[in-house]
Amino acid sequence: MADVTPILATRGLKRYFGGLKAVDGVDFSLNEGEIRAIIGANGAGKTTFVSLLSGRTSVTDGRITFRGHDITTVPAFKRVRLGIAYTFQITNIYPKLSVAENVRIAALGRVQREKGARLDIEKETRAALEAVGIADRAEARAGEMAYGHQRLLEVAMGLALQPSLLILDEPTQGLSDSEIAGFCQLVKRISKTATILLIEHNMDVVMQLADRITVLNRGRTLAEGTPAEISANAEVQAAYLGTGA
Amino acid sequence: MAFGPYLFLAILEGLVQASVLTVTAVGLSLVFGVMRVVNVAHGEFYMLGAVFAWFVTSFITGHPALGFIAALVISPLIVGAIAFASERLVLKRLNYDPEATIVATIGLLYIFQQSALIFFGPNAQAVEPPFYWRIRFPWFGYDGYKLFIIAAAIVLMGVVWYLMKHTKAGLVMRATQLDRETAQAFGINVDNVSAYVFALGAMLAAVAAVLVVPIQQAHYLMGLDPLLLSFIVVIIGGLGSIQGTIIAAIIIGLSDGILSVFFSPTLAKMVSTLLVAFVLIFRPNGLFGKAER
Amino acid sequence: MSANHIGRNLILLAVVLAIAFVMQFVLPTYYVLTITRMMVLAVFAVGYNMLLGYVGLLSLGHAIFFAAGLYFAGLATYHLGISVPVAFLIGIAAAFLLALAIGVVALPTMRVSFMIVTLMFAQVGFLTTLYFAEYTGGQDGLSLPHAARQFDFFGTTFSLANEQVRFNLAFGLLAIALGVSFLVLTSRRGRIFAAIRENEGRTEMLGFNVFASKLEAFLYSGTIAGAAGAAYGLLFGYVGSTFASIQYSIEVLLFTLLGGAGTLLGPLLGVLLMTTLIDRLSELTTAYLLVIGVVLIVLVLWFPKGILGTIRERWLPWLM
Repeated sequence: MADVTPILATRGLKRYFGGLKAVDGVDFSLNEGEIRAIIGANGAGKTTFVSLLSGRTSVTDGRITFRGHDITTVPAFKRVRLGIAYTFQITNIYPKLSVAENVRIAALGRVQREKGARLDIEKETRAALEAVGIADRAEARAGEMAYGHQRLLEVAMGLALQPSLLILDEPTQGLSDSEIAGFCQLVKRISKTATILLIEHNMDVVMQLADRITVLNRGRTLAEGTPAEISANAEVQAAYLGTGA
Repeated sequence: MAFGPYLFLAILEGLVQASVLTVTAVGLSLVFGVMRVVNVAHGEFYMLGAVFAWFVTSFITGHPALGFIAALVISPLIVGAIAFASERLVLKRLNYDPEATIVATIGLLYIFQQSALIFFGPNAQAVEPPFYWRIRFPWFGYDGYKLFIIAAAIVLMGVVWYLMKHTKAGLVMRATQLDRETAQAFGINVDNVSAYVFALGAMLAAVAAVLVVPIQQAHYLMGLDPLLLSFIVVIIGGLGSIQGTIIAAIIIGLSDGILSVFFSPTLAKMVSTLLVAFVLIFRPNGLFGKAER
Repeated sequence: MSANHIGRNLILLAVVLAIAFVMQFVLPTYYVLTITRMMVLAVFAVGYNMLLGYVGLLSLGHAIFFAAGLYFAGLATYHLGISVPVAFLIGIAAAFLLALAIGVVALPTMRVSFMIVTLMFAQVGFLTTLYFAEYTGGQDGLSLPHAARQFDFFGTTFSLANEQVRFNLAFGLLAIALGVSFLVLTSRRGRIFAAIRENEGRTEMLGFNVFASKLEAFLYSGTIAGAAGAAYGLLFGYVGSTFASIQYSIEVLLFTLLGGAGTLLGPLLGVLLMTTLIDRLSELTTAYLLVIGVVLIVLVLWFPKGILGTIRERWLPWLM
């Protein structure tokens, strides 16, 4: 619907590293409640783009808006407080702390956001762990868990923040097939309460989950559309999927 | 003396300081660059160079030039061996973790310094210069040996440059500095490179000290000033960049020398120390560029 | 941390403080003086621990805060004839402001840069005390005037030359410092500090203002160190450049590492052990600082957690 404000939008977003144009003028628009996947070959600019959205990298040019407010120069931690949560491409948790403690800190983060809110940290922590399915490992040391479970812990931490937008950066990397299947179920459940932006290489996951797909190539948007449209798109096939798919 | 000649004298003194500083700082820069290690004990290698020079020259009788040449060869070798051993025994075991390494090198600083106190004593000891040559300028007399220092420093830097650019050893060092992992993938034994570079850095500091000891005395505390100055030079000149270090050493050595002659040495040091702090603060990529974070 | 654990630590803290307090009645005068000195240095280490142990930032220039407290308090009595209690507050205020100024510029730098920047600022502080030697006494230092060797409190005059008075003032300061530490460690603030120490990037991406938290810790740390310095100068009636030297910064690092960075009582233990060791050794040889070097290397190679840290890891997980 054209007159609904997108939850997240960028206009002419650019990020140059010296001569390297990692992101070169991307117009992007994400509607509330969507599951959007961003795909593209290595070096297409996906990670940089997402880094700009989360605030970890500063913008060279262009604008980012969240719910209509300009957040281009807002620091990363404040964007989290506004409701954007982000899971890292390389698992980034508190390895020496227990699983529960990891999530508790995330829940604390939410308390920061809603000052004066009477939050039951334990309850929130429990809920996040159960939603993701690792509640039985609550007291295990986070760093000693299997990789797949660490990934899930990251998602749990994201959930504990109760974000309106959850950005997942290559979340299925390193997971086994059964873990990936479970993960897809999880994402579908989460999408009922949050908008999801997914950066992925695994095309099966993308086709299963995404409402719409944005394809990036050389720092620009190559195509955007439904999974069916994208798989039929010849340019995308040539650039990324491989011809004759 | 009129201002002009006074300035000339100050410049000469500054050049001498700059020469010694350049050699010392390049040693530190190599270690920074190739090993990504901050060696707080670098000044103590300098001090040990002077101390061993004194021991050698006391041993060798006859013309002072003999003792001096022997010291110039022997002292850096001993200091290099000590550095090599320290690297193998201590630094390697820390996996070059930045904070742990700094703390460990602080420990080494105390050990070397206090050992010098035990074996060398608390007093400053003089070493005879290898030759006496009084240059008669129209306005003042000048110690020709000091000009020798400047010449020796230039030669040394030439040797280092040649080593880095035109020998296999230099290539290995530069490769390790650029990308440690890739160097390893190419079969370079990065650990060994670290030990040798650490030793080389220490030896350069030692040579600088041997050069300077005939005009300053050897003292167990003499390592602290060169340490701070080298830090300043390397950080301002840019990490691992030999050219940057040399240029910065010349500028800082000269200005420190000139400022000290015209103003107070303490003020000169304060200014350069603050400068370093602010360079680090405004460098967006920190000390090692992308290696941090 | 469960209420049970908190309770145990509180009891441990109370016991340690009680033992310390009783020392003044049990020990001969010479040792009372030594313990007084140790307690003030322990406050310095407690302050340093806030930065190193709680948030994980290694400063190589903390002596500047100790010296700021020392000099501003001492010189206030020496040059301006200000009374001891007010001078003490001036010393603390000076340290706080300095910590604010340095923290704001130094904290954005990372890891190794931070260590060097703090070292450089401290060196500038040291050189400043030398440059203004006509006011500060430089290396030789100044002895504080007679008027600064006593103070009035609710009508009674207490002499600072009296060992009991000094001991109890130092004890009071230590108790407060440890109390503040305890409160911080058990509060939500302490949790956030720990999170930053464990994984700064992650903590930022959970919505915490990491810079503000680090600055907060830095301020606590610098102010407590300044309080120790002000107390030291006023209690012992002397200010001098040595307290601003790099060696002093290294010593406090050593005390904290030895006792156990990040533990509540580690700094106190580290000060006790190390000062005793140094005092004993200095009677045997002039090269007693050698032991600093040896202990640092041993710690960094084999016991990075220090004594209490290792005990906590291996045997007593509830220890704060």
